[in-house]
Amino acid sequence: MVNAASTAKHRPSTGSGPVPPLSAKIVEPTVFDLSSPGRIGVTMPDPDVPETTLPPRELLRSDLPLPELAEVDVVRHYMHLSSFNYSVDSGFYPLGSCTMKYNPKINEDTCRLPGFLHTHPLQPIETVQGNLLLMYTLQEWLKEIGGYAAVTLQPAAGAHGEFTGVLMMRAYHKSRGDTKRVKMIIPDSAHGTNPASVGMMGLQVVQVPSDERGNVDLKALEAACDNTVVGMMLTNPNTLGLFDENIEKVIELVHGCGGLMYGDGANLNALLGIVRPGDLGFDVMHFNLHKTFSVPHGGGGPGVGPVGVAARLADFLPEPLVGMIEEGDDDTAPLYGFLKPAKSIGRMKAFHGHFGGGFVRAFTYIAMHGPDGLKDISQYAVLNANYLLARLRDTYRVPFDRICMHEFVAEGRFEGSDVRALDIAKRLIDYNFHPPTNYFPLIVHEALMIEPTETENKDTLDAFTDALIKIAEEAKTQPDLLHNAPSTTRFGRMDEVKAARELVLCCGLPEDYSNQ
Amino acid sequence: MNAPANLKYTKSDEWFDPATGAMGISDYAQSQLSDIVFVEILVEEGDTIEAGKAIASVESVKASAEIYAPAGGKVTAVNKGLSDKPETLNSDPYGAGWMVKVEGGAAGETLDSAAYEKHCEERSH
Repeated sequence: MVNAASTAKHRPSTGSGPVPPLSAKIVEPTVFDLSSPGRIGVTMPDPDVPETTLPPRELLRSDLPLPELAEVDVVRHYMHLSSFNYSVDSGFYPLGSCTMKYNPKINEDTCRLPGFLHTHPLQPIETVQGNLLLMYTLQEWLKEIGGYAAVTLQPAAGAHGEFTGVLMMRAYHKSRGDTKRVKMIIPDSAHGTNPASVGMMGLQVVQVPSDERGNVDLKALEAACDNTVVGMMLTNPNTLGLFDENIEKVIELVHGCGGLMYGDGANLNALLGIVRPGDLGFDVMHFNLHKTFSVPHGGGGPGVGPVGVAARLADFLPEPLVGMIEEGDDDTAPLYGFLKPAKSIGRMKAFHGHFGGGFVRAFTYIAMHGPDGLKDISQYAVLNANYLLARLRDTYRVPFDRICMHEFVAEGRFEGSDVRALDIAKRLIDYNFHPPTNYFPLIVHEALMIEPTETENKDTLDAFTDALIKIAEEAKTQPDLLHNAPSTTRFGRMDEVKAARELVLCCGLPEDYSNQ
Repeated sequence: MNAPANLKYTKSDEWFDPATGAMGISDYAQSQLSDIVFVEILVEEGDTIEAGKAIASVESVKASAEIYAPAGGKVTAVNKGLSDKPETLNSDPYGAGWMVKVEGGAAGETLDSAAYEKHCEERSH
């Protein structure tokens, strides 16, 4: 634990000389460094409950080193830290595959409505009918948007939705006595979470390559399809930002061998109101409410990963679902409550999922846009990506160059130059843009994966492409500008190799705790 | 790139030395992965492995990769030092960066160095 008497450098205060500009490389002290014994932010009231005896002395600790600061010190500390950050509220964030769209602030109002904010998941259902109606309606809307017979809101994020979906696929085969099925087909362009979810279940991954147009290689897929296949996990549009031109054939092959199709909904932002994955034949799909439906994310969460299923899988959904348990009439409102699907795989999450942070915000976003508005979202997302592609393809090589969907992947390398994708990404920070995703997907050399989303205007898109074109010029004339970037930030280039090789653990390894 | 003529190679970038039974990852593989930061060997001395089985897991700052046995056989030695010095795979992939040695086994589907170099060349474009 950090000692209060730290030697860390404090930000110089006014009066002791000139204050360096914000860009100066000063380390912000921690709250523990800033702590001073006896300094307080609130005055505790006198106790108004009866006094009681304390537990035995050996159960009490006296060394809890909580920082002691005044309110103003706390506010300034966190304001300083927040100014180090880059967020979708401060600038363009084209992080491919993550759909970092602007999150409308009306969501913040609705999720703080007292009726939502002050409820508890253990309240009797009669007292939380508004919450249940919101969850029920969200289930219904997601069914309609995705083309599904039923939806669970439980999964806590995309990968958790994958795990939930694959559990249902396995349970479906097992319920039919079809126990030979142990393999999952996954293309080489897939998100890493797909094989990870499958591996967690002890199933085997069969990887299929992409063809020269970025589609699933049909020959390899056909060879992989047999009666040991649980199904296939596919992101469409895929991580190259391309809609699979043979999608109907792909699904026909998988269904033909008795397998089920899993749709990774990571890229649903390209399809709203245009194509319903359920209609295409995807039997299961997770939605990322934190990507497509404007729930804030980044910095680790929270995600929200509802899963939709076709009719033949509906009985296997996690319990509980929200349903209407008593129909109303002219005088009485219907009663909403919880239902258990007949062959449920069980509960996937404590309580009911990410209600306030996720469901209320996504509900607000869908309600605000309506069906036509949702279609506009996808059309603008696709238009913006194609505009960037058109402006950049003469400067950056695009290996699978055809009309893209909501994102595309370019190569961050130039003939005869030692500049790499990482250098370009870091240099973009100097131009005050968040870098695109780099080194993913793995099938593109020095990948730069760019997803503008629909919320950016033409001025922003032009400024971003101008910066990337300028950086390509710098790569030829002043490559060290890129190798040493970023130079305008509080901290320069981080040593990622050292950070990964020399881990500093804040706690022990699991084996250290095994005897306790 | 460097692919010694005495070794056999897989399309998934592993090498196998028929003379010593040693196996590891190719120079092309280490350069594509860039700085390797983590290695875990998944087999132990005495195990019998088949060609194509995952023998190690490798992570770089860019990606993680499973390493598949280019040949089967009985494992006679495992390079235990690699986990403390994963950078050895970058600096000496065919020497100190060997991963596993086997005996009495058969190579799976492998290429000679000329065919392997061509395979790498094709993928660089």
